[in-house]
Amino acid sequence: MLFKIEPRPDPSKKMKYLSPLIAVVMMLITGLIIFLILGKNPVSAFHAFFIEPVNDFYGLGELIIKASPLMLIGVGLTVGFRANIWNIGAEGQLAMGAVFAGGIAIYFSNSTSVFIIPFMFIAGAFGGMLWACIPAFLKTEFNANEILVSLMLNYVGILILSLLTHGYWKDPNGYGFPQSILFSESALLPILIEGTRLHAGIIISFLAIFIGWIFLLKSFIGFQLQVSGLAYNAASYAGFKYKKMVWFGLLAGGLAAGLAGVSEISGPIGQLLPSVSPGYGFAAIIVAFVGRLHPGGIFLSSLLVALLYLGGESVQMNLDLPSAVTGIFQGMLLFYLLAADFLINFRFKVKSKL
Amino acid sequence: MKKIKNIKSKQKDNSENQETTPRLELCNITKIYPSVIANDSINLKVAPGEIHAVLGENGAGKSTLMKIIYGVVKPDKGQVLWHGKSRNIINPAYARKLGIGMVFQHFSLFETLTVAENIALAMENQNKTEKLSKKIIEVSEKYGLAVEPERLVHSLPVGLRQRVEIVRCLIQNPKLLIMDEPTSVLTPQAIEKMFVTLRKLSKEGCSILYISHKLNEILELCDKATIIRNGKVIGYATPADETPSSLAKMMIGKELPVCSENRKKIQPKKLLEISNLSKSKDNQFGTSLNNISFNVHSREILGIAGISGNGQHELINSIVGESLSEKPEDIIICEKPAGNFAPDQRRNIGLGFVPEDRLGTGAVPGMNLMYNYFLTGHRQNLVKLGMICFKKTFELAQKCISSFDVKCGSYNDQITSLSGGNVQKFITGREILQNPKLFIVVQPTWGVDIGAANVIRQSIIDLRNQGTGVLLVSEELDELFEVCDRLIVIAKGHISPSLNVKETTKNEIGEWMSGMFPGGPAELMKENLAK
Repeated sequence: MLFKIEPRPDPSKKMKYLSPLIAVVMMLITGLIIFLILGKNPVSAFHAFFIEPVNDFYGLGELIIKASPLMLIGVGLTVGFRANIWNIGAEGQLAMGAVFAGGIAIYFSNSTSVFIIPFMFIAGAFGGMLWACIPAFLKTEFNANEILVSLMLNYVGILILSLLTHGYWKDPNGYGFPQSILFSESALLPILIEGTRLHAGIIISFLAIFIGWIFLLKSFIGFQLQVSGLAYNAASYAGFKYKKMVWFGLLAGGLAAGLAGVSEISGPIGQLLPSVSPGYGFAAIIVAFVGRLHPGGIFLSSLLVALLYLGGESVQMNLDLPSAVTGIFQGMLLFYLLAADFLINFRFKVKSKL
Repeated sequence: MKKIKNIKSKQKDNSENQETTPRLELCNITKIYPSVIANDSINLKVAPGEIHAVLGENGAGKSTLMKIIYGVVKPDKGQVLWHGKSRNIINPAYARKLGIGMVFQHFSLFETLTVAENIALAMENQNKTEKLSKKIIEVSEKYGLAVEPERLVHSLPVGLRQRVEIVRCLIQNPKLLIMDEPTSVLTPQAIEKMFVTLRKLSKEGCSILYISHKLNEILELCDKATIIRNGKVIGYATPADETPSSLAKMMIGKELPVCSENRKKIQPKKLLEISNLSKSKDNQFGTSLNNISFNVHSREILGIAGISGNGQHELINSIVGESLSEKPEDIIICEKPAGNFAPDQRRNIGLGFVPEDRLGTGAVPGMNLMYNYFLTGHRQNLVKLGMICFKKTFELAQKCISSFDVKCGSYNDQITSLSGGNVQKFITGREILQNPKLFIVVQPTWGVDIGAANVIRQSIIDLRNQGTGVLLVSEELDELFEVCDRLIVIAKGHISPSLNVKETTKNEIGEWMSGMFPGGPAELMKENLAK
């Protein structure tokens, strides 16, 4: 080995906040190279990817609709991530939120009560938290790794949703398509701004950012979560209960994902489908990290990742590129972020020969 | 304040050594770490058969220098001369080949192997074990270092483990033996025995580099001394011409501070009562607690002496609540049965605790001083409706910084930017500002510079004078005798009867540390009697 890696004595504080920007720039440069290799004009590709989706009022609305579940779940996951509790199961928790809320919408499809929507949100929150309870229980009682348990439960949750939409809850008049009935008006979120699809669910997401900000940075329990994440021994020395942190961290993620699931089905989708999320639960992990586990940062990064979703769809339509482009850009973003963080804390040094 | 002494050799028996080339010579050794210059142009000479002390405070750069000589660390600049020839000591194996042996401060033995196997690992030509065992016994008898070759290392007390390390060096007939803080794990009796061995080695022509910050040891044992401060050589001295205070002055750059005592009468009120506490060990290398009973009264400092690894860790964990007891009455804190209380419940009834591990347990690396104050200080009404009261928190953090002389920029500084001594002052201050009725302190001055150690000891004494009961766990007998009112000794999970500091001696405590006290651990009693 000619190089060795050593920790930097005094990692730059400024760079810690700049590293998401560095990651974005690197992602763009690599994207440029990929477009060139694919023989696409990079200017028109970038235009299609990053400008076209948001160059009108409707497009901006779409951006916020996509960002809404990302910021909601991102904040929820951050509660756990700050305490080193790794909930990778938001996608399944979202699906279970949708299942519980969708059940309400389907069984009360004839009701016109104004309580249907609140009831759906309560049920969805319950569904998401129920799914997060499983890794929390297994972790606190049997020390089972929450990463593996929550990850595997994603598939179970998504398949339960799929089972229901293919079977019990399939629309009898749906020509055999695996989907539920269209929800009645009382089970749909109102549109906030005419001419867009912006629905009332985004209020919950913005509220989550605000509450998360206060909760994570100003509250005693937010402090306890942070200490558990930074120094486990210090947390137990101070008498903070780790099991409580595990429950808290996982349930917060489950709650947020469940609510996001409700917003999706009663907002832009309006019915239950076998798949109600294009991977929001996973993308929210990237959102949380690019946002530096800080609600303000999560707000910005959710917009960025939402733009990647829209841009992916746009280049698919305009430039005939596969939809995997979105995944590639998301992956590059996380990769460069981790690389930048690593280089902020460590440096390569040429091994001196003695 | 620089005080350079001539390198005037003391008249030695083997005077022919005086004119010969030094066995080891260091020229301008420099080692720069990312955040600190550990060694800055260090020059040092060791004559054959000389016992040479390297004296300096914790963090002065002594250990780095020794690791350079032993080939563990490579210097950035400078030369190592061995018998007058420049050598590039690339690794410890080469150092051993030259005839350099080193006994580390933290042991480097494999616990699951036998003594003989451990020694065989360090040998270049792996001898057959029977032959080696014979040689081990031969060497250990010659130098009065009895070890049993077939015993597993994890079953040995620390004092014996160190013997194994020394024997491992001696078996290779070293020309230079480096000993890094060797006495920190030994009783006064064991230290005496070790000195006899070292003097014998020196007579036979083996040079010894003796690293220590304990002045009386250096005065007693060493022929020469090199004093290092902040990575630089401050001066050379002949211990025979010095006093502890003159050496200390060179080592820390100012007069040795002393604590003001004004002892008051112990109050009979019991603040900690431990009765018949027994706990079996929770891992293979832990220590079981055996029927432990003692009390801490108001306005007294009770010291627990003992070599580390004898159950201190398990005992303290039981007292602070990191390990719970089934019977609440086992541990009574401030008149409340608290054996089943969690750590925060115990703090709520008046317990304050300074743990042994500072960064990582006592303080959170990655957080600033204010948040680190809040870590345990939150119970001083710093939480309102679940929210942190920032204003009150930084006022208290500020108070802690100024009252306990914590050297830092502001409460916004990261705790990791402070030196070990300042971190310890901050943690101690934080716990004291919460007005504990019962104060538990573990190794409060370990690895701390003398100035900070003095501030910490003084604040413990002041706290005692206000009526708090203090339980002080320390390996340093000097410290225990300086601040404590009563002493108890822990050995193999057994607690000795208590002794009044005024009525005992370091020798008696030392003997008790090896388990020789009324009601002491039977297996240790037997072992000691057999010798």
